Amino acid sequence: MKPFTLRLMAAAALLSVPAALSAHRMWMLPSATVFSGTEGWVTVDAAVSNDLFFFDHQPIRLDGMKVWQPDGSEGTLQNGATGRYRSVFDVQLDKPGTWKIGTQMSAIMGSFKVDGVEKRLGGRRGPPQPGAPAPLTVADIPANATDVKITEVSGRNEIFVTAGAPTTTVLKPTGKGLEFAPITHPDELIAGETAKFRFLVDGKPASGIKVTVIPGGKRYRNDEGARELTTGADGVLSVDWPTAGMYWLNATLTDAKATTPRATERRMSYVTTLEVLTP
Amino acid sequence: MRSTTLLLIGGAIAAPAAAAPPVGTVTVTIPRLDVAEYHKPYVAVWLDPVGGGAPQTLAVWYDLKKRGKDPGTKWLADLRAWWRKGGRSLTMPADGISGATRAPGQYSIPLPANIKPGQYVLNVEAARETGGRELVSVPFAVPTKAAARASGKTELGAVALSAR
Repeated sequence: MKPFTLRLMAAAALLSVPAALSAHRMWMLPSATVFSGTEGWVTVDAAVSNDLFFFDHQPIRLDGMKVWQPDGSEGTLQNGATGRYRSVFDVQLDKPGTWKIGTQMSAIMGSFKVDGVEKRLGGRRGPPQPGAPAPLTVADIPANATDVKITEVSGRNEIFVTAGAPTTTVLKPTGKGLEFAPITHPDELIAGETAKFRFLVDGKPASGIKVTVIPGGKRYRNDEGARELTTGADGVLSVDWPTAGMYWLNATLTDAKATTPRATERRMSYVTTLEVLTP
Repeated sequence: MRSTTLLLIGGAIAAPAAAAPPVGTVTVTIPRLDVAEYHKPYVAVWLDPVGGGAPQTLAVWYDLKKRGKDPGTKWLADLRAWWRKGGRSLTMPADGISGATRAPGQYSIPLPANIKPGQYVLNVEAARETGGRELVSVPFAVPTKAAARASGKTELGAVALSAR
């Protein structure tokens, strides 16, 4: 249990937690989402920043980055490199259908007091610091601790790219946490058409959750351009696309259904980058 | 099913005398462009039944011969509308449909002899390397009574549909 938790901590330290806490946004930017043939490669930038999609803050580390082939099996990430501001990697799209690329994280955050002194659970912000003591875990909470506050944090950051005709195997929900269950295929988005995406929490429709949609190209306009949308009773979000381009989408949900012992709250987030094409 | 249709079209081209007279002809004009770097455009021609049903591709002109790491098929998805409307589920090269890119000029494509009566939209889409992309749509009815035509502004010239 403990090594596993530690691994989660390490994952959390990959800036995923700050993404949930501050305005810094995690994003992945594929070179394209629609490909013809099976000789294609997609190259992906992965970074954390405020302005979309400009890398000027931190890279997303590639340790937890995964590739799912159209049949759902794990694929290969190639040519990975992490620079000062961004990570880059390639995926060879050698099988037809829709591929999923992304990371998942889950971690514990919180605090407790021992003899009036507050101690924090979970990693500090930012990349792992060499020489720093290992972050405290739930197992480290002593019996005499008071004011125990534990929050479960989890997130997914995924993109979808399609070689040839789109398929849906990689879109199948797992029934755990906050998930994206699109009705409109994420690689079939057209400016002027309304897309419908369902969000699920533990496999059930996530109604009334907040979803932020922001177009890329922030540097070349004045306003942020963010739209705050809400899913309907059936967990379905309707989004219309005023113009073609890359859009960042972030859904968040906080509830009390934490599964970690003594945790009282869980915070979940889902991030994806969507490409909208001209009609 | 689709391959049968393709064979029929192929047959109509090869032996027009033996097959039924063409129910109509599509004329596509690729304009001559005064640009520093010119590449012949990728072009797709397809029919969309207005009442629903599968779109039918009549012609795709692309860089058939380019092989290797970046084969000519790589840019077929740049014909974005056609790609979505069925291009992505065709295997290239496709008999009687695919061909090499064409130089500027006027080209004729017969409508499929077995086309069912009804309302259609004829679509012609062109995408050019270091150039633009354009989609021209022309609604028409089968049987074709009056000629229908439209014109592109940049990548395509006149697109016409005549009854013969």
